[in-house]
Amino acid sequence: MYQYDEHDQRIVDERAAQFRGQVQRRLAGEITENEFKPLRLQNGLYMQLHAYMLRVAVPYGLLSSAQLRALATIARDYDKGYAHFTTRQNVQYNWPELEDVPKILDLLASVQMHAIQTSGNCIRNTTSDPLAGIAADELEDPRPYCELIRQWSTFHPEFAFLPRKFKIAVTGSRTDRAAVRIHDIGIRIVDNDAGERGFEILVGGGLGRTPHIAKVVRDFLPYEHLLSYLEAVLRVYNRYGRRDNKYKARIKIQVSEWGVEKFAAAVEEEWGHIKDSATALTRAEIDRIKGRFHTPSFEALANEDLDALALTSDREFARFLKNNLRPHRVPGYTAIVISTKPKDRAPGDVSDSQLEALADLADRFGLGHVVVMHDQNVMMPNVKQADLEAVYTVLREWDLHTANAGRVTDQICCPGLDFCNLANARSIPVALRIAERFDDQDYLDDLGDVSLKMSGCINACGHHHVGNIGILGIDKAGVEAYQLMLGGDPGDDASLGKIVGRAFSSDEIVDAVSTVLDTYATQRESADETFLDFYRRAGLDPFKESLYGTD
Amino acid sequence: MALIKHNAVAPAELWTTLEAGQPAPAAGDVLVDLGRWVSESKPLRARTDKVGVLLQPDDDVLTLEGRLDGISLIAVAFPKFTDGRGYSSARLLRDRLGYTGELRAVGHVLPDQVFYMRRVGFDALELADGKSADTAIAQLKEFSVTYQAAADDARPLFRRVARPA
Repeated sequence: MYQYDEHDQRIVDERAAQFRGQVQRRLAGEITENEFKPLRLQNGLYMQLHAYMLRVAVPYGLLSSAQLRALATIARDYDKGYAHFTTRQNVQYNWPELEDVPKILDLLASVQMHAIQTSGNCIRNTTSDPLAGIAADELEDPRPYCELIRQWSTFHPEFAFLPRKFKIAVTGSRTDRAAVRIHDIGIRIVDNDAGERGFEILVGGGLGRTPHIAKVVRDFLPYEHLLSYLEAVLRVYNRYGRRDNKYKARIKIQVSEWGVEKFAAAVEEEWGHIKDSATALTRAEIDRIKGRFHTPSFEALANEDLDALALTSDREFARFLKNNLRPHRVPGYTAIVISTKPKDRAPGDVSDSQLEALADLADRFGLGHVVVMHDQNVMMPNVKQADLEAVYTVLREWDLHTANAGRVTDQICCPGLDFCNLANARSIPVALRIAERFDDQDYLDDLGDVSLKMSGCINACGHHHVGNIGILGIDKAGVEAYQLMLGGDPGDDASLGKIVGRAFSSDEIVDAVSTVLDTYATQRESADETFLDFYRRAGLDPFKESLYGTD
Repeated sequence: MALIKHNAVAPAELWTTLEAGQPAPAAGDVLVDLGRWVSESKPLRARTDKVGVLLQPDDDVLTLEGRLDGISLIAVAFPKFTDGRGYSSARLLRDRLGYTGELRAVGHVLPDQVFYMRRVGFDALELADGKSADTAIAQLKEFSVTYQAAADDARPLFRRVARPA
């Protein structure tokens, strides 16, 4: 965990004080709602259908046990007893009162947290690989670079009123688990042919109504130039990105309209002027930031025989061991995925007492922290394999033991029309019906890993474009309907899903998903052919035929 | 429209903003657009009274490279406070072109933006109608720490102070 120094602490304290003043001026009528809007947005406060929604930043997904307890307190004292994990590794509260938000910010600041720039047209929370720091294929832990970006972007005076929101992701592994290709800027830590460390910079990815896969604008950036190069990209975007149409204002449109060569040339020209400025990083500063992460020390352990453990365990625990563990590069340790998706709960929702249970677990068995994942689950990254049974026992007590990590019911789902005033259709009730329908765990395990992602409108908060199965809620002449798309994936061969055919009604959509899964299950070449492989081989045709017949 | 200069309320000033094609009056301080400054800089420089340039968000500020001589004021327009192009214009004027004269934010300038405006190089702020100068001046000092380099300090925090290891 990165530990704040006095400067970091002062900034979040002063931010909480500033927002208290802004709220007072708003309540006193000194500022209009229109003028208040960008101020509250840059503090993560949205106006939703029924109430304000507060989004709290969880930089690169890392949460300490103390922070989990503070989030639990907020859920209990200022919300309806739960918090919601998002696809950007953040936490949202759906029911805070405006007057309470300054108190919430104070509480967050007391545990080195904030809501700075979690919404608004500014640089948002930088996300990363949930397996950062433990993955075997990692060149370097990306999180110190995320923290450098967090500090550089926090209250950056030039980039607070961009054409549109701006999202950055960093990965340090060869396999991309941070979805860098669907970010405004994706950063991959790489080595060049001379063996020097640096970054590959991708720009212009994104979902929303016009999804784009990011393009490489620089294949190797020496490490010390990271921030000056980002500054050049942002300046070219701030000056020339479109502002005439909200839906064409993301950088992906600029890159696509200009072409990547012209865009890259403009960035290089700008960067040439600032690359050797004082913004250049030093090895000493990077090492200092790394040092403040206080990376845990691991014991010298041997790997446990987990297959043997599974054989002697009850079926549920055996299934948990099979589905919910992720490999750790240190022998004797494992990461555990804690699913927030049992069949009776909205994906990503966690109660105050569950948050406290997670905090206790992290302290007892997880070196004191957890990681919020892009798929709205929580990971305990550093668990001794020998403690698995003990951890599982606690998880079961708190209904946090659902063994569906990676399976169809491990769905991503936006808040939808139940909460959001942008939505065209409800998504949570559909997710709950899908969870209800596919509760045969043997069937799910037989299907293997299939990602299902659902958004209640084309703004794509549920990332439906990059779901193996994507569901998009639309408004069809005043009636909720659902478009089905297949073949999306956010990883190294990132691909966008294709619409299968006419949309389905709310009554039909779960059957349609079932038909899709059955089509794959009966027509795949072997159990080794994943859903995505099958789709990439066979295309949409077999699904069209089973969904719509041959007409 | 309160005018703030160097963190304090300043007396109102009378500048005539010339529309395109509008002839310059014989006397008095005038504010011209970028195009007029480029095409008529000779007669404008010959005036006894002051000349300022008013930049719009879509003006390329780098056009002023080599043309700063004779400018008493550069005003950067913010027609809507949500349009942030003027922040980059200011930064480029200070950092790239080395402009040291008065740089004034005008238009929809709100107290909650002025901290950022000061950092990118504005030393004068003409607040939007009805906005409190006291609030704005207080906001100028809202944060005692900043992380990144900007026009007010070319060094990021780690080069300004010894941050603890």
